[in-house]
Amino acid sequence: MTISLHVNGQAHDLDADPDMPLLWALRDLLGLTGTRYGCGEAHCGACTVHLDGRAVRACVTPLGRAAGRRVLTIEGLSPDGRHPLQAAWVELAVPQCGFCQAGQIMCAAALLAANPRPSDAEIDRSLAGNLCRCGTYTRIRAAVKKAAGTGGGP
Amino acid sequence: MERAARSRPAHLRPGRDRDRVFVRVLGATAALAAAAGACGGGRPPPPPAGPPVLAPAAAGALRSPDDFLAIADPAARSRALFLEISRVLTHPRCVNCHPADDSPRQGDDALRHDPPVARGPDGRGVPGLHCGSCHQDRNLDHARVPGAPDWHLAPATMAWLGVEPAAICLQLKDPARTGGKGLPAIAHHLEHDPLVAWGFAPGADRAAPPGSPAAVAALARAWIETGAHCPPPTATPAGGAP
Repeated sequence: MTISLHVNGQAHDLDADPDMPLLWALRDLLGLTGTRYGCGEAHCGACTVHLDGRAVRACVTPLGRAAGRRVLTIEGLSPDGRHPLQAAWVELAVPQCGFCQAGQIMCAAALLAANPRPSDAEIDRSLAGNLCRCGTYTRIRAAVKKAAGTGGGP
Repeated sequence: MERAARSRPAHLRPGRDRDRVFVRVLGATAALAAAAGACGGGRPPPPPAGPPVLAPAAAGALRSPDDFLAIADPAARSRALFLEISRVLTHPRCVNCHPADDSPRQGDDALRHDPPVARGPDGRGVPGLHCGSCHQDRNLDHARVPGAPDWHLAPATMAWLGVEPAAICLQLKDPARTGGKGLPAIAHHLEHDPLVAWGFAPGADRAAPPGSPAAVAALARAWIETGAHCPPPTATPAGGAP
């Protein structure tokens, strides 16, 4: 079955099972490996991407749900990797191992798009489903606030 | 397991406790009637009739409205019908998404949702972590993620988690707490809402409440037709096979 979708601004026609997880299509069919496989059960958030501007867990999103819609991955967040969140992430040296960070940034980007100046509590609530085994949560929150222009200095 | 069972409200505990309470509620009415008859003249009192005996519900089923016709008094029948409906309304598949606070529950022991999601302004989560971020329009058995169209929480005004059947009954009759829904609309909701339908086909190894959307809606209509009376505060449903 041919499924048409837009990923990072580019149109793609994929010959794939509509029940295939979107994550497999992104990584295995389109080579976009910035989105990580973590738990495969929507528990960790490592696979977070945007579907029509809203954060979704790609590991449990059937490819068919994305048909005809806009998918944004970490590779498409900005043309040069200088989205305010990415810049803040670099400046504050947020990652440790880095495995979860693409999902963290994509979730934070969805938050800032809906709420440009979130409080600490709002940041915590929105990112509560994105786990970091290295425990970088305080730096993640600081970077989100820095990107939002509400604090987060080193 | 024991700890979990003890923590459940009485109306969620299986077996004899529920039966005893139900019989006590109906039995009190019958005892009063028998006493009144005994004072009426010199004839020996008739043998005590006792409360109407409802046929046990089949495994996984609800009693039908006809099963309650043995209760002659419409108000008493209405109360008994609601208690039968409450076997569904107090089931974990229903109450887990009817909390009073901001956290949905999951499992049969009402554990807080993992990951720790928040209700959000419209019951559909918060930016970055909406219900639809993970829940699809159908169950996703490979990941055990339950799903149905427009997955969301019931309003906090319609909290059922930890609430006794009598209080749920009063809540359903109060349009201020049901978003303006009248009783017919509630019966329609039980029969046709996709989230209610999900409860009866929850996927994976999740237990379903007894009956079906059509069966619980039929009971709801019978309850409405008999006056939509609410059971006494302590009443719990008669036991039925789970």
